[in-house]
Parts: sequence; C-alpha cells; structure tokens
Amino acid sequence: MRAKYVMSEVFLGLWRNISMTVAMIITMAVSLTMLGAGLLLYNQVDVIEEYYQTNLEVVVYLDRGIDQTLTDQIQNELEDSGYAEQVQYESQDEAYERFKDTFEESEDLVSSVDPSVLPAAFRIKMKDIGDADKLIADFSEREGVYQVTNQRDILQQVFDILGGAQRLTLIVALVQGVAALMLVANTIQVAAYSRRREVAIMKLVGAPNWFVQAPFVLEAVFAGVIGAIFAFATLIAAKFLVIDGQFKDLFSLMPPISMQSILLLLPILTGISAVISAITAWITLRFNIKV
Amino acid sequence: MTLRGAGMGLLTTYASPVRAKSRRYPRTGGTYGSEIPEYATLVLEPPDRPAETADRLRLVIQLEGVTKHYPRSNRPSVEDMNVFIDKGEFVFFIGPTGAGKSTIIKLLLREEVPDKGKITVGDTDVTRLRRWKTPAYRRSIGCVFQDFRLLPNRTAAENVAFALEVIGKPKSVARRVVPEVLELVGLGGKEHRYPHELSGGEQQRVAVARAFVNRPLLLLADEPTGNLDPDTSIEIMRLLDRISRTGTTILMVTHDSNIVNQMRRRVIEIENGQIVRDQARGVYG
Repeated sequence: MRAKYVMSEVFLGLWRNISMTVAMIITMAVSLTMLGAGLLLYNQVDVIEEYYQTNLEVVVYLDRGIDQTLTDQIQNELEDSGYAEQVQYESQDEAYERFKDTFEESEDLVSSVDPSVLPAAFRIKMKDIGDADKLIADFSEREGVYQVTNQRDILQQVFDILGGAQRLTLIVALVQGVAALMLVANTIQVAAYSRRREVAIMKLVGAPNWFVQAPFVLEAVFAGVIGAIFAFATLIAAKFLVIDGQFKDLFSLMPPISMQSILLLLPILTGISAVISAITAWITLRFNIKV
Repeated sequence: MTLRGAGMGLLTTYASPVRAKSRRYPRTGGTYGSEIPEYATLVLEPPDRPAETADRLRLVIQLEGVTKHYPRSNRPSVEDMNVFIDKGEFVFFIGPTGAGKSTIIKLLLREEVPDKGKITVGDTDVTRLRRWKTPAYRRSIGCVFQDFRLLPNRTAAENVAFALEVIGKPKSVARRVVPEVLELVGLGGKEHRYPHELSGGEQQRVAVARAFVNRPLLLLADEPTGNLDPDTSIEIMRLLDRISRTGTTILMVTHDSNIVNQMRRRVIEIENGQIVRDQARGVYG
C-alpha cells in the first residue's frame, strides 16, 4: 500500500515538472556517456598494453655496408646479452618484402625505393620489454649498428592520444555531471515545494522521515537510471556506427573494443548514476525539509 | 463577512484592557446569541482542576524554565516558562498576537528546540528527543489548525486514512477505524466528499477526525475556530469537548473570547513570552 503510494507520487512528481525532468535526464545521459567512453578508453589502454607486451620488439638496424663476420658477432652478442628471448635476422631482401607488404597500396612509393636502401636488421623479442632501454644503450653505439629502436616508443604516441581523449571525456563527464546534479537539486526543490502541503501534513501525523523523503529520492534515482540507460544505448550505437562503421580503419590499428566491456558499463553507469542522484536528492532534502 | 468581522472584533477588543463583552455581542449578530443557552449546557460542568486534588492525575505536559529566543528574527520568544498540565485537562492559551503562543506549540511538536529548560510530554523528554525519533513522538500528538490543512485531492475518508497510512497501519485498520471516527465527528455519510465539497466547519471536523484517529495523548489546536462562523465554532468546540472527556488532554490557542468565557476551563494568558495569568475556570479577561 505504502509502496504503491510512493510510486504514484514519484511519477506524478516527475510528470508535473516534465521539462525539468527531461533536461535532467538529457544532461545525465550526456555526462554518463562521456564517463562510459572515458572508462572504455581507460580499459582500452590496458588492453593495448597487454596485447603488445608480448609482441613488442626492439629492432637493431645494421649499417648498409656491413660484412658477414660483424653481423654474426653482433648476433652472438645480442643472444648472450641476457635480455633477448629470441633474435631474428632480417636481411635486406626480407626487409624489402616487409616494406612492400606494409605499403602494398601505394605502389609509387614501393617502386621508388631500391631494395638496397633498406637496412638489414635484428628483430629481438625481449624477455622483458622493460629492459629495452638497457639493450639500446649497450648496442646503439656499437660498430656496425645503424640505429636501435624500441617499438614501444612508437606505441607511446598512441597511448598519449588515447590518454588525451580519455582526459577530455572525463572532464566533459565531470562538467556535465555537475550540471546534472544541480538540475537534480533544483528538481527536488521544486518537487518539495509543490508538495509542501503533503509534506507538512505527513510530518504532523508522524510519518517516518524515510517515508517523507522516499518519493523525492526515488524521483532522482528514476531519472538517473533512465539517463544511464540512454547513455548505454548511445555507447552501443557508437560502437556499431563509429568504431565498427565509419572509422573502422582507424580503429583497426588497435584491438577491438569488445561488446562485453560495453555491456559491463550498463550496471556500472546505472549504479553510479542512481547512487549519486540519490545522495544529491537526500542532501537537498536535508536543507529543504526540516524535521 | 461574519468571520472576518468577528475576528477583527476580538483583536481590537483584546488590544484594549477594558472588558468589552457587552459591546461585542451585538456585533457578532443575533444567531450567536441565540446559540448561547445550548452552548452553555455543554459547558455546565467543567471538571475540577485535578492538580489541586489529592489524587493528582498524571502530568501530560511539563514545561520547566523553558526559554526560546530567535536572535536573528523577530519571531515571538518564550521566557522562562513553567507550565504543568494534567491528563484530560482542557487548557486555553490566550494572549495577543506575537506573545509566543505558537512558539509553544512549535516547541511541543519539536519543530523547535528550546534554548534552555525542559519539556516533557507524557513520558517523553522532548528536549532530549533524538531527531530520528521525532516522527514516532509526533504520533502521540494530534493537531488541528485554523486553515484545516487537508489534502485537496483526497476525500474526507482518505484524508483521515492518510494519517494511518503514513505511519504504516494496515489498510484493514483504516477500513475499520475511519468510518467510526467520521461518524464520531458527525460526518457520517460524507466520507467520500472532497474538501472543496465540504463547508468550513465540515472540513475542520475532518481535521479533528484526522487528529483524533490515532487516539493521541494530547491534542493541540491552534485557533481551530479562527476561520469559522460563531455557530460552526460552537459545533467544533462541542466536538473538542467530547474528545476531551475521553481523557485526551487538549491545549487550544484562541482569540475567541466567547468560547473561552463560556467553556470556563483553565486559561493561561501569555504576554511577551511570559505567563501573566493561569486560572482554573478562567475567562478571556
């Protein structure tokens, strides 16, 4: 009986103030979408790191005119250094093949490059990619070595971009979140004002505080949950339309964002949104409805 | 017109120290006068003040040295007030506007907490009452106000049932008790009317029914007849008198001198937050 009363009050309250309710839900949805995107990126950085951890190589490029003895010497030293898991030699011809594969689509570029320009190299799978700097320090000045590069440094740029995007989404989420919470506070104030008569009577006849406050808090929670569902739908749509759609090529560079991690966002976003809305509503009520 | 005229009359009367009884009667009109004999029968035998008898009854209200100031507003304050009210007593609080009568009501309801002193209602030390226990405490008090305070979108029966509903009484209790109480206040047959379909007196009856439905220890009435014409006021007073005879203590704030003079119950007069008169079987003054 009481639950029924509370629920009917919740919907009545939201309906009476419909424009504010809609504004509240939209701002919440935007904020939560950004938060969700931020969380996905955060997760993505981890996934990429893990993905490349085993695949990252240090490449030792050799001088062009190097002879076989020196090459063997360097190979032995690399194998004996203790850092390498596996050392693989790549001749100039093999380098050219790889180059052709990579730039398959730009034939002009391929035809303009002579096979002899590309250096031979050792591709080294590290036991621990963290030791790459030590290996680079040991070998970059060695005779016969042209250059030593760590693939991780190139990847670092990707991480920087992802990190920047992540910060941006979180800032937008925060700003929108603050706006959403202010709207919640305002909505609750309006609702409390429009129902001040009922509230006064309830308090007079000794209704417990939770009963007086429940309709208002639930109003906020309800709006929060709806906002979270909208945010979730937006993220799903983004996955299909943006990541798997228009910008497929761009995103194919990195491991795909799995459906699972997006699905996981539904309970997370709903939970965060419901709890924060409820707390905001409750605090607002503390100032508006004195016991 | 009657309503406003009567109210104004009382206010101006009160402002002058001269007893204006003789002047007041013609102004309120003949109907009121013709009602007097009937009304008098109601109040023929006010109970003796139990505090003066040997077998003194249980105290329901104790105010000991209660002081309440509002430093940042000019709301009326209360100064070192001592009041003791026994079970079943019917007490009028009178005094000019701003004397502190409503502040006492607020203190008794624990809407406000005194700066100093101790308030006990029944077994509850209101001054030490924890905030979260306030709702449970308020269930032992019924309230009636000048402006009725009914929910406009609920019928008479639903308004009364609301008081039971919000404290978690099962619906079956409401179904049994509400018609009884409405019958008691003389609204049998009008259970399903909305407040706007009822007269002022009938609305106040609904409010009394709501206040009484939980059988409170104490009933606070803040100018319950303030918006009613004299005839209807008398009906409401008759109702309150019946309730008082069930053992409910009634504390009524009023400016209606006729009612006070004819009921001849205990009168506590307040001025500037202090008691200037406490009289058993008193008159308005």
